[in-house]
Amino acid sequence: MPPVPEQAVTSAGGLLLVIAVLLPFVGVLIGIALRGVHARRVALCTLPLGLAIAIAIAVTVLQSGAQLTYLLGGWAPPLGVALRADMAAVVMLVVVAVVVCGIGIYACDDFNPARESPGPRASSTFWLLLLAVWGSLNLVFVSGDLFTLYVALELLTFAGVPLVCLDGRGDTLRAALRYLLFALLGSLLYLLGAVLLYGAYGTLDIALLRAASVPEPVTWAALALATTGLLAKTALFPLHIWLPPAHAGAPAAASAVLSALVIKGSWFLLIRLWFDALPGVVTFSAAQVLGALGAIAIVVGSVVALRQARLKLLVAYSTVAQIGYLFLMFPLAFDAGSNMLVHDAALTGGILQGISHATAKASMFMAAGLISAALGHDRIADLAGVARAMPITVLTFAVAGIALMGIVPSGAYLAKKLLLESAADSGQWWWTLVLQGGAAFTAGYVVLVLVNVLRRPGGAHPVIKRVPAVSEYAALALAVCSLLLALAALGPLPAHLISNPLAAGELLATLLVLLGGVLLAQGLSLHPLFAAAPAATMPASGLLRRSAGATGVMFARIDLLARGWTVACISLLVVALLFGGLLFFGARG
Amino acid sequence: MNAADLFGVVAALLVGIGLYGLIVNPQPLRKILSFNVIGNGVFLLFGAIAYRGAAFGLGSDPVPQALLITGLVVAFSATALAVALLLRLFEATGSDTLSSEPPAANPSAAGEQ
Repeated sequence: MPPVPEQAVTSAGGLLLVIAVLLPFVGVLIGIALRGVHARRVALCTLPLGLAIAIAIAVTVLQSGAQLTYLLGGWAPPLGVALRADMAAVVMLVVVAVVVCGIGIYACDDFNPARESPGPRASSTFWLLLLAVWGSLNLVFVSGDLFTLYVALELLTFAGVPLVCLDGRGDTLRAALRYLLFALLGSLLYLLGAVLLYGAYGTLDIALLRAASVPEPVTWAALALATTGLLAKTALFPLHIWLPPAHAGAPAAASAVLSALVIKGSWFLLIRLWFDALPGVVTFSAAQVLGALGAIAIVVGSVVALRQARLKLLVAYSTVAQIGYLFLMFPLAFDAGSNMLVHDAALTGGILQGISHATAKASMFMAAGLISAALGHDRIADLAGVARAMPITVLTFAVAGIALMGIVPSGAYLAKKLLLESAADSGQWWWTLVLQGGAAFTAGYVVLVLVNVLRRPGGAHPVIKRVPAVSEYAALALAVCSLLLALAALGPLPAHLISNPLAAGELLATLLVLLGGVLLAQGLSLHPLFAAAPAATMPASGLLRRSAGATGVMFARIDLLARGWTVACISLLVVALLFGGLLFFGARG
Repeated sequence: MNAADLFGVVAALLVGIGLYGLIVNPQPLRKILSFNVIGNGVFLLFGAIAYRGAAFGLGSDPVPQALLITGLVVAFSATALAVALLLRLFEATGSDTLSSEPPAANPSAAGEQ
């Protein structure tokens, strides 16, 4: 029996963790009990309360300087279940609370039960599901044991799937069912891994597993299965079968929840598994492959995003690319000396990237939703004149784009600096290329959209329906948050990292990223970037553009192929075998 | 081969059969059933692990049993949700196929829409 760690007592204020998890679910129950009519009111009352609790947890942890622990029923692990909040969990709790509040304010008008368009049933369902997603995510962040995490992950899926098909149309129902089936396969693989770990070590508590686990076949199998299952739920390429149709088909507020929040649950669980539960079992080559899958996701997701004709699909594919970004920290956090994953600057950078993405992607989906609602369509080629009619929304899109690119004033810039520094320190220069190239790809699709909205309308001005100002400002606030939150989360700036963000070298790097983006957008987009008026069928002119177009079509084919059910399931098994083999041979070599 | 090993092998077989069914069957209902077969394999494995713990003279290991019941409830809810979605899909479209993507998602033709 492994020794009980010192934190195995409930700390002062530990009850806050229980409240943070229970409060949203109490909201759901009250909403259901009131027969759904008052669901919006209940949700809007719960949002500030939950935010206050998240902040209270943050203050408690910062003051005590230690992690917050709560033992359910007073039973210590391995018999009982512990809830724990370390710094990573606290940061995620606060960011998710902020994003949920932002989405709540944005959706106030969209999902008003008094309105005709989505219907009272869809409206109240949205509010209940928003709260359920929030509660499940809080449980993911504070759970200290792998089985509780499994339950939390399943709750998250059950709350996320119906968000896809709120409107009840055939194609969104189909997207939801595909999402559910693939996610269930992923969670079964994860559960199988957890069961194997219990069989080997007799505990599922993360802290106890960290002490007890040794590199041996059953642990490798468990880690490979659980990792693959979680990758399927996070939709890392080539397991992104469900993401584009689900995220593009849902209403804007629901897409923001799905893209910014739901995928972060399984991603965070993967961090728990690799960094906290089994850091000594992970091998160098397995971490490299995880990062490589991320790099492939960035390239394929970005190129396919540039090839989209519809704004919401573009944003959905940009999520596929950004998910890749979230996995670049794994190889960089590998410490060759101790042969394990360590909590260092790379992990901090990765989590910063995660929270920047959560806020920026939520506001980007909101901006896309507002544009789509105002115009009645979201065809990128016909967005001319939007900038003049909806300046705030376009500003939101631009700010969110800057945050995603990681150029100078944003929090993601800091994240990128931290990751670049780790890459230089550990001599893994190839990740530097991926980090800078990925930013250029992001710049590509942001520039593509901005050029189109800034274009003067050729003929008549587009008919613009008024959108609620409060929604516009909620989206803008979240975008600005993504610039500021990361700074707040990091505390005092590491001075050696950024001496002068406006130095010539930094500006040159930013300029190069933007230039690369313009070139990519010009080469790969469906219509030439700077054509005066986009013709419906513009013949591809010039050898360079023709070959770039052929590349784009090829990537689109790869994406379509990878998203077939059979191919995706086989990729899933191949990825599991790959990780199993890498852990096995990496540990021997 | 003792009983726990036998159960372990049967569990692995169930997971394999379920995976095969999930991959090759195009009908969503059969996919849902295959998911349940995989789930049963995982639960059986967990039961075997609990039994093995008991064989070491620990009485019986109650933790896997408690977790198993939770797991069964989760799998049951998942099945219920999937079947409900399938029924709604059939009501809305009159078919239960998962394969046909909406035409807008076809990337090579998307530009000409």
